[in-house]
Amino acid sequence: MSVRAALRAYPQFLKTGFASAVAYRAEFLIWMFSTNMPLVMLAIWAAAARSGPVGGYSQRGFAAYYLCALLVRLMTGAWIVWELTMEIRQGVFSLRLLRPIHPLWQWSAENLAAIPMRGIVAFPVVIILLWLARGELSHDWFFWLLLAPALLGAWLLYFLVQAIIGTLALRFESASSLFEAWLGFSNILSGYLVPLDLFPSAVRVLAVALPFRFQLSYPVELMLGRGTRVEMLELLAAQWAYVAFFFVVTRVAWRSGMRHYAAYGG
Amino acid sequence: MKALRVVSAMMRASVALALQYRLEFVVEGALAVLWMAVALIPLMVVFGNRGAVAGWTYPEMLVVLGWFVALKGVLEGTLSPSLMQVVEHVRKGTLDFVLLKPADAQLLVSLSKIEPWRVVDLAGAAAIFVYAFQHIGHAPSIAQLSLAAGLLVAAVLVLYSIAILVVSIAFVAVRVDNLLYLFQSVFDVARWPNSVFRGLLAVVFTYVLPLALMTTYPALALLGKLNARTAVAALLGSFLFASVARLIWLSSIRRYTSASS
Repeated sequence: MSVRAALRAYPQFLKTGFASAVAYRAEFLIWMFSTNMPLVMLAIWAAAARSGPVGGYSQRGFAAYYLCALLVRLMTGAWIVWELTMEIRQGVFSLRLLRPIHPLWQWSAENLAAIPMRGIVAFPVVIILLWLARGELSHDWFFWLLLAPALLGAWLLYFLVQAIIGTLALRFESASSLFEAWLGFSNILSGYLVPLDLFPSAVRVLAVALPFRFQLSYPVELMLGRGTRVEMLELLAAQWAYVAFFFVVTRVAWRSGMRHYAAYGG
Repeated sequence: MKALRVVSAMMRASVALALQYRLEFVVEGALAVLWMAVALIPLMVVFGNRGAVAGWTYPEMLVVLGWFVALKGVLEGTLSPSLMQVVEHVRKGTLDFVLLKPADAQLLVSLSKIEPWRVVDLAGAAAIFVYAFQHIGHAPSIAQLSLAAGLLVAAVLVLYSIAILVVSIAFVAVRVDNLLYLFQSVFDVARWPNSVFRGLLAVVFTYVLPLALMTTYPALALLGKLNARTAVAALLGSFLFASVARLIWLSSIRRYTSASS
């Protein structure tokens, strides 16, 4: 299968993915609404900041941080790990392999095609953000320019990690548990639950170097206008270096998984 | 009496089923510990910066978190997996087989699948309580413990009733099998005491979706800060809530016309 063939089929994949997101819109919206953790965390921090700013964050600052975090999470969702582990267990996966195109192309299109639907939920969040905490957002157009590749990188990181762990289901039964463990660490170390700069410095040093940060905290930092232009460019390079690394790992994991795979009953 | 025998038989079946997958038992237990840590860490960071939040000190807040961890274990270890199966039954049309059985259908569906490794959550909650009361410096009295136990019953009752209500919706609109997930994620709010919220949200989480009843009140009871009137009102309210849920379940069962008709 060539890349060119995949690219030719890609628009159609996107259309099909979008159509299925629209067809299951009620389910889809409920899924979106169950992403509420940033708001739960905002509640406690807003209560803590009633008597004055905490670690440089006022109530408004926390609102801006967690609304941005919610936005990034809503716009960079992927769910391929659940589909991979389920299809491998049920044996449907073999059918995918028969198609003349790499399954990951199709899955990536399905996940990307859901973004317009995600936008429907994200849009009110943007309105509330602009209305509540416009002053906390970055005033530098350059940061907003960087946001597009940063969000794409964040989504790719999430998607590739899920693809790697999902591929492990070809060998291990409990790959989805592994992903849950990864999610647990990611919740803490990506800045999803607590802004990274509020952690004690030992944890912060660790969190800043690990890939989790680039999945959520980095785009949020861009929206809030933290750091300088040069620093943010360097971080973008670091993020895409991680993307490249995970891409290579995905290829290796996929190939070795394929060699190992012998369908159920086969 | 018969109901109790049915319950114990179902429990045994679930445990026997789960014990076949021993590795999963260990893995899921470890995951439960990890998620407990994920719940604790933000609280530690908050109280690293503040002595008290919304009138609650760190150990007092831990007591609330303890109830939250315990109830989340109950919700995700018994109620959700069992009721998820009802939705599946409705979709496949196999609910008829459950309804034909000579025992109460609500009882059968609400305990049909239990994940025994979730006892790790209960143990974790106990550990959190012990740690919190060591910090406070004195153990709760017998009276406080028994009041808290009474409120725990009320809390589980309300939690269960909400889950039954959510499933009753599945009879009307089949394509809402993830409504239970939505409720699970809303339940995350119950990790904070009610006084964290202000205005409309405080009212909603006390009376409409009584999350306060599930974690804040039992915690206040353990801390000896709950006044008698609130306690009685909470107990009565929970029984009322459960009866209404039961009535709605019965009426939606009556209207259920199976998949084929």
